[in-house]
Amino acid sequence: MSQHSHPRSRSDRTRSVHLGVDLTDAGAHPAAWRTLGSQAQRLFDAQRLDALVATAQRGLLDLVAFDDAFSLQPVTRHGVQGRLDAALVASRLAPRSAGIGLVPTIDTTHTEPFHVSKAVATIDHVSRGRAAWQVGWSTTQQATDAFGRKAAQDEVDAIDEAGEVIDVVGRLWDSWEDDAEIRDRATSRFVDRDKLHHVDYEGIRFAVKGPSITPRPPQGRPPVVVTATSDEALALAARRADVVRLRATSLDDALAQRARLDDLAGDAGRSTDEVRVLVDTYVVLADDESSARARLELLDDLEPSSWATDSLVHVGTAGALAETIETWVAAGAVDGFHVRPSSLSTDLDVLVHRVVPILQSAGLFRTAYPGRTLRDTLGLTRPANVFAATA
Amino acid sequence: MTTRPRKQIHLGIHFPGVNSTTVWSDPDSGSQIDFDSFEHLATRAEAAKLDFFFLAEGLRLREHKGRIHDLDVVGRPDTLPVLAAIAAVTERIGLAGTINTTFNEPWELARQFATLDLLSGGRAAWNLVTSPDAFTGENFRRGGYLPYAERYERAAEVVRVARALWDSWDDHAVLADTATGRFLRDAGVREVVHDGTHAQVRGTFTTPRGPQGHPVLFQAGDSAQGRDFAARTADVIFSMHSTFEAGRAFYDDVQAHLVANGRNRGDLKILPATTVVIGQTPDEAHERAEHIRRQQVSGPTAIAFLEQVWGRDLTAYDPDGPLPEVDPDVENISITRGRVRHTTDPLAVARAWREQAEANRWSIRDLVIRTTTRGSFVGTAQQVADDLDRHVQEDASDGFILVPHLTPHGLDDVLDQVIPLLQERGSFRSDYTGPTLRDHLGLARPDPASQHAAAELTA
Repeated sequence: MSQHSHPRSRSDRTRSVHLGVDLTDAGAHPAAWRTLGSQAQRLFDAQRLDALVATAQRGLLDLVAFDDAFSLQPVTRHGVQGRLDAALVASRLAPRSAGIGLVPTIDTTHTEPFHVSKAVATIDHVSRGRAAWQVGWSTTQQATDAFGRKAAQDEVDAIDEAGEVIDVVGRLWDSWEDDAEIRDRATSRFVDRDKLHHVDYEGIRFAVKGPSITPRPPQGRPPVVVTATSDEALALAARRADVVRLRATSLDDALAQRARLDDLAGDAGRSTDEVRVLVDTYVVLADDESSARARLELLDDLEPSSWATDSLVHVGTAGALAETIETWVAAGAVDGFHVRPSSLSTDLDVLVHRVVPILQSAGLFRTAYPGRTLRDTLGLTRPANVFAATA
Repeated sequence: MTTRPRKQIHLGIHFPGVNSTTVWSDPDSGSQIDFDSFEHLATRAEAAKLDFFFLAEGLRLREHKGRIHDLDVVGRPDTLPVLAAIAAVTERIGLAGTINTTFNEPWELARQFATLDLLSGGRAAWNLVTSPDAFTGENFRRGGYLPYAERYERAAEVVRVARALWDSWDDHAVLADTATGRFLRDAGVREVVHDGTHAQVRGTFTTPRGPQGHPVLFQAGDSAQGRDFAARTADVIFSMHSTFEAGRAFYDDVQAHLVANGRNRGDLKILPATTVVIGQTPDEAHERAEHIRRQQVSGPTAIAFLEQVWGRDLTAYDPDGPLPEVDPDVENISITRGRVRHTTDPLAVARAWREQAEANRWSIRDLVIRTTTRGSFVGTAQQVADDLDRHVQEDASDGFILVPHLTPHGLDDVLDQVIPLLQERGSFRSDYTGPTLRDHLGLARPDPASQHAAAELTA
């Protein structure tokens, strides 16, 4: 169905397409909160979030993601301002959901790697293996001023530091071997301390002794998600990410980025099968294309600056979106889509109730969660422990 | 005093910690990690109408003789994410967590607690602690540690900045007027500028003010500095229960400190932590308590405890035999790291313990059991209810934080049998009267007018 006839030689052709959805604010369009059903008054209310996750879970989506940053959203003329801490939101949503992955953005520039490690591990524990971590970094003066502890960093430096943090966080997750807790009454020992490890990390910017205070999470290492917002971010993703979110506006663009990603991952000694690639896709969905365009016009009228997006935009029907997904995946550009609904109250429902069934009937999308953990859903194996391997 | 209205008892429940109070060797001991354990304790406590659930933290695993201490429960999940998850499975009970001010920054702390307060409908509490040691600092960017006096200076500054950040959003700052497109009310959110000794913060805060305005602030009051800090700043003081008389003296002292700091009696709730053991008869309760103490202090635990004072390896000694003849190695007193030490003169302590043990024919283990036994309530359900109530009515405390010895079922019997007796006598609520933890504790909500107090920090 595509003129792009260089399908990748993926070993597992029966694998489901992967679909994530972004639940930040009221939707990706700045005027989303003003639309019917947005529940703008309840934007910071846990029950609203529970309902959104339940919808995404009914659609068997891989994961829900929440953006975060230490600075308030810039003042657009009519946009949402205010955020909750995304890690705590993800944790709050865990006991009331099942199957679906929970992915908060957590900053690496101003936070303590030790705290990040145990926060993500804990979301994984309370969700019984459904956490992932979207790696954030800050280059803004606002975030720097909020902490007042170091100078603002440019993107290259911040991404370099993010790489260090990912490294040490992974080691802290591994600092408890899976069977460290022994409860051996004969010797009165609760843990086998030979299976607890100091990580002894001495980085350029910080040192962390370890071990973690939190036992190894159910997934071993919850998946690390990196958005390839620049060449440096793509390179970081190739080295360290389990899930990569591409920003691409055309299939050729995505194919080129995927090829670069695969090369860099290979250079880092990684197999391409260890990495899942999604493309960020902004969607405005309706029963026919003209209605979708009308919806976008309405949103744009409410927020009179044009909608600034940085990746693929789909304004049209559920069927056309399903077709795009099929084409991009068949071409080997991506393993799935990370959908950014223009308006959560409308587009999430269409995604779950219209797009997903089309993909399911085409045999492209799962009809049940394959296991209990997010790694199971993503088809990623549970990683070995670096300390156990070298012991 | 007889005409004084009956005081209402405030009760929290402590999730079992990583120390020898928590018995893991019992067949009924459950996981300290699985969310089921947290859900069980929190929902049982909520069914009993307790004020709050309490979760401690530690930021470095304890080490003993240069190795990770392996005799006690070790390992726990992160405090605030656990409390956020418990918010999903409970509706009323308060959610209190220990968070360190030495190794956290005020901007991040303020948004985490504001988030927890919003997600829980106004049930968040922060038990503020400071860290004394470079040992813990090795896990953090800032490394090092603060001199003892500066720990509380930093804590006070962190709280001041956090409160300014919470107050920088008016209660009704979010307008969300879909018709006009105004999301925030004009001037409903103000920039905060703080240029202090321990924190430099400037910016417009990200998170709306929580239902309680400020989360309830707890502070451990066992040290003099902690007590002073609590009298100036906290809503709840968390201490260790010992005896009725000591409780009375502590209570009076705290009230005097409170008044000296321009606050009113009753503005600060005094809630000692205690264990409770009940039985069908007094004898059965005391037998159970003795059994639990022996579970808590195994032979190796007794030896390790002694090594903290002796500063030497004592593993060659029999825990069921007499105390060591050899004197403590005074050059090596930091044999255990990652816990607070109280011993100032090991030689004198060792001498006193030897004399006590000889006089009573105690083994090492007997001595450690006796030495580490803290005040506890032991008896029939009726006796314990009477005793708890007496402590509160006669101002030895305003209530208690109950500490189970088993995860997560250790206090199920107390909740089932003692709470109804307290309710019968009118000393404990039979239902929650409001949605927030401040409602449960009878604490006023910080008036938005108090925002003027933060004016110096607000541009």
